[in-house]
Amino acid sequence: MIKVSLRAMNKLGRTDMPARDPLERAACFDEVNMGLTPEQATVEAMRCLQCKTPTCIDGCPVNIQIDQFIDRVAHGDIRGAGDIIRMDSLLPAICGRVCPQESQCEGTCVLDKKHRPIAIGHLERYVADTVRRYGLEPVAEPIEPSGKSVAIVGSGPAGLACAADLAKEGHYVRVFEALHQPGGVLIYGIPEFRLPKDIVAAEIDGLKELGVEFEMNAIIGRTITVEELFDEEGFDAVFVGVGAGLPRFLGVDGENLIGVYSANEFLTRVNLMGAYRKDTETPVLDLTGRRVVVFGGGNTAMDSARTPLRLGAEEVRVAYRRTEAEMPARDEEIEHAKEEGIIFDFLVSPVELLGNDEGWLTGVRFQRMELGEPDDSGRRRPIPIEDDIFDLDADVVIVAIGNSPNPLLPATESRLEQTRWGTLAVNEATGRTTMPGVFAGGDIVTGGATVILAMGAGRVAAASINEYLETGVWETEPELEPA
Amino acid sequence: MYLILEAESIAPDVRRIVVEAPKVAKKHQAGQFVIVRVTPKGERIPLTIAAADAGAGSITLFVQAIGRTTTLMNELETGDYLVDVAGPLGHASEIKQYGTAVVVGGGVGTAIAYPIALALVAAGNRVIAIIGGRTKEYVLLENELSDHGIEVMPCTDDGSYGRKGFVTEALADVIADEDVGVVFAIGPIPMMSAVAEVTRETGVETVASLNPIMVDGTGMCGGCRVEVGGETKFACVDGPEFDAHQVDFKLLQRRNTSYRAFEAGQIDDLKALDPEHHEQVLAPVRGACAREQAS
Ligand SMILES: Cc1cc2nc3c(=O)[nH]c(=O)nc-3n(C[C@H](O)[C@H](O)[C@H](O)COP(=O)(O)OP(=O)(O)OC[C@H]3O[C@@H](n4cnc5c(N)ncnc54)[C@H](O)[C@@H]3O)c2cc1C
Ligand SMILES: Cc1cc2nc3c(=O)[nH]c(=O)nc-3n(C[C@H](O)[C@H](O)[C@H](O)COP(=O)(O)OP(=O)(O)OC[C@H]3O[C@@H](n4cnc5c(N)ncnc54)[C@H](O)[C@@H]3O)c2cc1C
Ligand code: SF4
Ligand code: SF4
Ligand code: FES
Repeated sequence: MIKVSLRAMNKLGRTDMPARDPLERAACFDEVNMGLTPEQATVEAMRCLQCKTPTCIDGCPVNIQIDQFIDRVAHGDIRGAGDIIRMDSLLPAICGRVCPQESQCEGTCVLDKKHRPIAIGHLERYVADTVRRYGLEPVAEPIEPSGKSVAIVGSGPAGLACAADLAKEGHYVRVFEALHQPGGVLIYGIPEFRLPKDIVAAEIDGLKELGVEFEMNAIIGRTITVEELFDEEGFDAVFVGVGAGLPRFLGVDGENLIGVYSANEFLTRVNLMGAYRKDTETPVLDLTGRRVVVFGGGNTAMDSARTPLRLGAEEVRVAYRRTEAEMPARDEEIEHAKEEGIIFDFLVSPVELLGNDEGWLTGVRFQRMELGEPDDSGRRRPIPIEDDIFDLDADVVIVAIGNSPNPLLPATESRLEQTRWGTLAVNEATGRTTMPGVFAGGDIVTGGATVILAMGAGRVAAASINEYLETGVWETEPELEPA
Repeated sequence: MYLILEAESIAPDVRRIVVEAPKVAKKHQAGQFVIVRVTPKGERIPLTIAAADAGAGSITLFVQAIGRTTTLMNELETGDYLVDVAGPLGHASEIKQYGTAVVVGGGVGTAIAYPIALALVAAGNRVIAIIGGRTKEYVLLENELSDHGIEVMPCTDDGSYGRKGFVTEALADVIADEDVGVVFAIGPIPMMSAVAEVTRETGVETVASLNPIMVDGTGMCGGCRVEVGGETKFACVDGPEFDAHQVDFKLLQRRNTSYRAFEAGQIDDLKALDPEHHEQVLAPVRGACAREQAS
């Protein structure tokens, strides 16, 4: 291999991810990021300083051995890189795409702003995609059945990760999912252009190959209760990963006008139900030539804004009550949204949704805000500027101000204690709930968070479930540690 | 895939479909519903569980063909399949000792009210069923109801059978004559709204089973929101039954028209298909074909 000096490499700067042209991509659902070429990946990997104490690892919630896998990439050993990542992460093709890298691994990389941190997420994605494309996964060794069985409730990243680890221990694992397709938010929420559905499907196929079974249309609490999973279905342990799927609304007048969607409804119609394809039957309001306003500033808001563009909307605005600096969305999504022509209105908050006599939305009444003192979250609190109110025409509004923990399952099992935020009370180190044999993790414990945290929680619980199945010991009294 | 054990027509455009869904059958309580998908690319639609047989592992649905999905579903026969059946969803009806209970059913609403009427009888109530239809053939389940000791009062808009006129007129008379403890109203939105007006002044407790457009049926999307007493509720998890006197029926009526243009196009597209292509839509759930794929 040709040796290149570090200084020379760093002069090159960070390799940008090749992306589809903004105009072209805003008209279709193809993935925006196209992936690094082998040359680009090698160059980017060689930029890594291979630090003695790699601070990047501290930034990754599951502590992937980042320096090591990047070193393998620099040496062209993609199989080796994949093996290193797999020790800590089960969903690298997904996390490489959707992790908020700037506040995690890349945020703690020693390379400063000027040199720009190593594109760890892009490299992770490159490795995962390459491993899959060329079938470089290690051959699975035959697993000795343990004779134990675990029910996983919910097929989002928490449930999938937990299922994978348990199946590898030889336990019989069955995943129960309320919807007709597995994947949780990865399927119904995050759009195709950001996370192609065949990547999620491949992960699920991988689990099936490990022997994990999937039972769709099973709403635990309704179709089968948690208690029945033990008593009638005969499971030895249960993992609850039902997510934070309850959409929040603003509580302002006009929120039930036709044309007002929750982000969940809008994205579910388009993603899970395929409303953008000609050959599916679920409707979504015709957005051709329409004006859409999205409330919120997170990833959900960015997805809710970029999707209407692809459905032909004339104008899409994101209305956020703080400023760009406080927006919780991934930097890349904000950047992409801007490139695609989304308009951002900062420091505004909807106070009323306006409609016509037939009950259709016609516009939004906004209140202008300014930033005050920081609140509990450390972000400066928006406060209304008195009498500064204005109206904006809109045909469709998408409310993307966050989701609350899914109350359906907890409401049907009184032994599962909840916090005052509606999340399940668990011992964070073990995922153990207040009901013996029941574990939980992901958004149902943390409230709406991230894929990588949900995956990590699923794995923590899997280790703890494994221990429980071996020892049968259940210490009571989890610390009631709400996130 | 969920096997259809029986399928038969019981009125013009209304079919009775018995489908294998053992876990749903075991759990079902009166007033609950399932979400069904007919074909692999189809919509998720809510349908009330009209009866459940835990022993046989089956549930009974009554389906009125009004749009694409229900039209396709009603073309299925014994031995065919439904792609998805999820449930039971929603709260069960609140069945108490009311003394005399009146169940008002309009069209296919009678079928939806049927399990509630039976549950009311089982709880020791005297039950009167006022069931309406446009003409005689739309009056459903009269014999089944009377077989359970329920006093049935059929009404038709044209007087071709039973009493001539709307169910609300019969209801007004019953309320004037009897000490009624509760009224359950299930049917088209204008009918439920009219029932609420009839009972509003008398203050008789009145329950309506709401039918907004739904997607997931689990409380995840908020598409099914209705206004009850000025508050927003999700019909799929907070309902589907609510205090009829508090429901904003006008809003519900409006929201159900959200996709009218799209839906009209869909049914037209379906009707325009030649028989062969029409059949292709259902091919994946036709018995022989589906079983072949599974094996
Ligand atoms: C639009 C959107 C965009 C996002 N973008 C990002 C991003 O870019 N990066 C990132 O890191 N995070 C993102 N997130 C957050 C991330 O998706 C979640 O934190 C993560 O999916 C949580 O995983 P989970 O397994 O806990 O739950 P979920 O993914 O919510 O899965 C829970 C599953 O449980 C099922 N379920 C619920 N109740 C029951 C029941 N009673 N019985 C059976 N099944 C049940 C649900 O149907 C669902 O399939 C986004 C979220 C949304 C909504
Ligand atoms: C809890 C619940 C229980 C139900 N139980 C039954 C049942 O047991 N039997 C039965 O036949 N139907 C029932 N319905 C209504 C049924 O879900 C709708 O008829 C069905 O979704 C229509 O689908 P479609 O594709 O055939 O028609 P679409 O093409 O979707 O609609 C055709 C027409 O019906 C109107 N419409 C749309 N959605 C609804 C709706 N949810 N209710 C009424 N009208 C609607 C539209 O405005 C349009 O004019 C129930 C609805 C709910 C919410
Ligand atoms: S999993 Fe996420 S945080 Fe960890 S290294 Fe990969 S992209 Fe970074
Ligand atoms: S901190 Fe940055 S430069 Fe150092 S090892 Fe990690 S990725 Fe490489
Ligand atoms: S149907 Fe989605 S929340 Fe009720």
